[in-house]
Amino acid sequence: MNIYTRRKVVNLFNLTASAVTTLFGLFFLTWLLWVLFQQGLSHVDWNLFILDTPGPGDEVGGLRNALLGSLMLTLVGVLIGAPVGILAGTYLAEFGRYAYLSHAVRFINDVLLSAPSIVIGVFVYEVMVVPMGNFSGWSGAVALSIIVVPVVVRTTEDMMRLVPDTMREAAAALGAPQWRVVTSVVLRAALSGVMTGILLAIARIAGETAPLLFTALNNQFFTLNMDEPMGNLPVMIFNFAMGPYDNWHDLAWAGSLLITLGVLMLNILTRFFLRPKK
Amino acid sequence: MNSAEAMTLSSNESTAARSGIALDVTRAIAGGSSETAPSVRDGVPALAVSERPKIEVKGLDFYYGRFHALHAIEMRIPEKRVTAFIGPSGCGKSTLLRTFNRIYGLYPGQRATGEILLDGRNILDRREDLNRLRARVGMVFQKPTPFPMSIYDNIAYGVRLYERLSRREMDERVEWALRKAALWDEVKDLLKQSGNALSGGQQQRLCIARAIAVKPEVLLLDEPASALDPISTLKIEELVAELKHSYTIAIVTHNMQQAARVSDYTAFMYLGRLVEFNETQTLFTTPGTKQTEDYITGRFG
Repeated sequence: MNIYTRRKVVNLFNLTASAVTTLFGLFFLTWLLWVLFQQGLSHVDWNLFILDTPGPGDEVGGLRNALLGSLMLTLVGVLIGAPVGILAGTYLAEFGRYAYLSHAVRFINDVLLSAPSIVIGVFVYEVMVVPMGNFSGWSGAVALSIIVVPVVVRTTEDMMRLVPDTMREAAAALGAPQWRVVTSVVLRAALSGVMTGILLAIARIAGETAPLLFTALNNQFFTLNMDEPMGNLPVMIFNFAMGPYDNWHDLAWAGSLLITLGVLMLNILTRFFLRPKK
Repeated sequence: MNSAEAMTLSSNESTAARSGIALDVTRAIAGGSSETAPSVRDGVPALAVSERPKIEVKGLDFYYGRFHALHAIEMRIPEKRVTAFIGPSGCGKSTLLRTFNRIYGLYPGQRATGEILLDGRNILDRREDLNRLRARVGMVFQKPTPFPMSIYDNIAYGVRLYERLSRREMDERVEWALRKAALWDEVKDLLKQSGNALSGGQQQRLCIARAIAVKPEVLLLDEPASALDPISTLKIEELVAELKHSYTIAIVTHNMQQAARVSDYTAFMYLGRLVEFNETQTLFTTPGTKQTEDYITGRFG
């Protein structure tokens, strides 16, 4: 076999191998979505959005309290975590780019990024739930915000670093002080990337169960009071999937489908933000 | 002492201007007008220019960390003239330009020693307000860098930093800057559009308009046309010729023809030193040193 034929054979082999592994991954993704739709879609109806989760023996029920709870926990978590993340990421990319502190912060941030979320749940349990004396929506939101921070820090720094230094020089050359350069030029240029980071962080916490088990816990009843335990989709799915009643199982499937579609939507939105501009 | 020196200089300058030393060298020298060149000060690189200096460089050394990039630069950049910096890559011409507005200060490890006097005041002084300095000494870079905002806001950005203008005054300023940069006719209906949507040549003229909108006294052009096509280059060169009536212009260029076409004075740099500085016509027709001659005749670089 001469060199050329050999190269073609190797090429063919590698192409086939990568195609097969891609299909392998896609197969499970499709399977998962298929099962979710099959089991969940038929249970998605109006009642899901207007009724609260049923207790043992209740005939009808929905997911209103869990949906709304998840929405609030996620929203508050992002509202706490995203500003912290953006400010810290901006510091790393702009003001403290060469500072020794930044190396330490980057390292710790990477550790936090890969910290098991249950550890974060236990941590917040210890510093918030125990002193406050009860599980609460606030502690759930704080636990989620701790997951948000490292994601947003990382994407903010990366995206701001993608802005070429010539842009900073051009703004500084007009006599703009550094904070104006950062806020009105660099952050603006990196805005779509930063938004993407936030959306990814939302997608990440929307399905988190472990940190909520110790913090927001769950609530079978409707509440908007963040001082009380709060219903939320992931813990509800966990409880209902393990429960003995058929209608609980159905709701768990419907909830799983909703949460998956939500995350899918967020990812599509992310694509939309990152699309090349005309 | 500095201010006293500046005063003697400025009185020298007025006599020099009256005796007609200022040459209009904007016409291209390549065209064969070399016979009319003024007499040569042979051998010695002429570092002194007799017109009123806007910027005076005295004993300037520059370091990138440990690397000594500029060695004992001495020169006077005359007011309302175009001064070109030529030399092979890495000779320090951009580095020198970047000291005039201290833009190098954005990066740690870069430092300059010596003196750079802008209207007689040392801008290398620690107490110098860099933002104000940069508002007085504008800069345009090699690659066009429109900000991620509308064409209008690109121009207004720098103005808003230092002036509070009414809506009408700002409209007028934007139009004035765009007209000055010969861009108005092309963009007057697109002012709300993003600056990124323009072509490369238009973007560069937008950057020039942005720089002059803040009404600086000095304009630094760091290879402003090197990334542009010939037609855009021509427009930029015409622009430089037009702008020098109002601004002191320093331009770095790789292109010797361009230096010959647009500048009144030319500085030739090599290995971090200023080898020769003279009226453009003199430098190109009767270079004072062997190195300059070799470079402008294309024997190296």
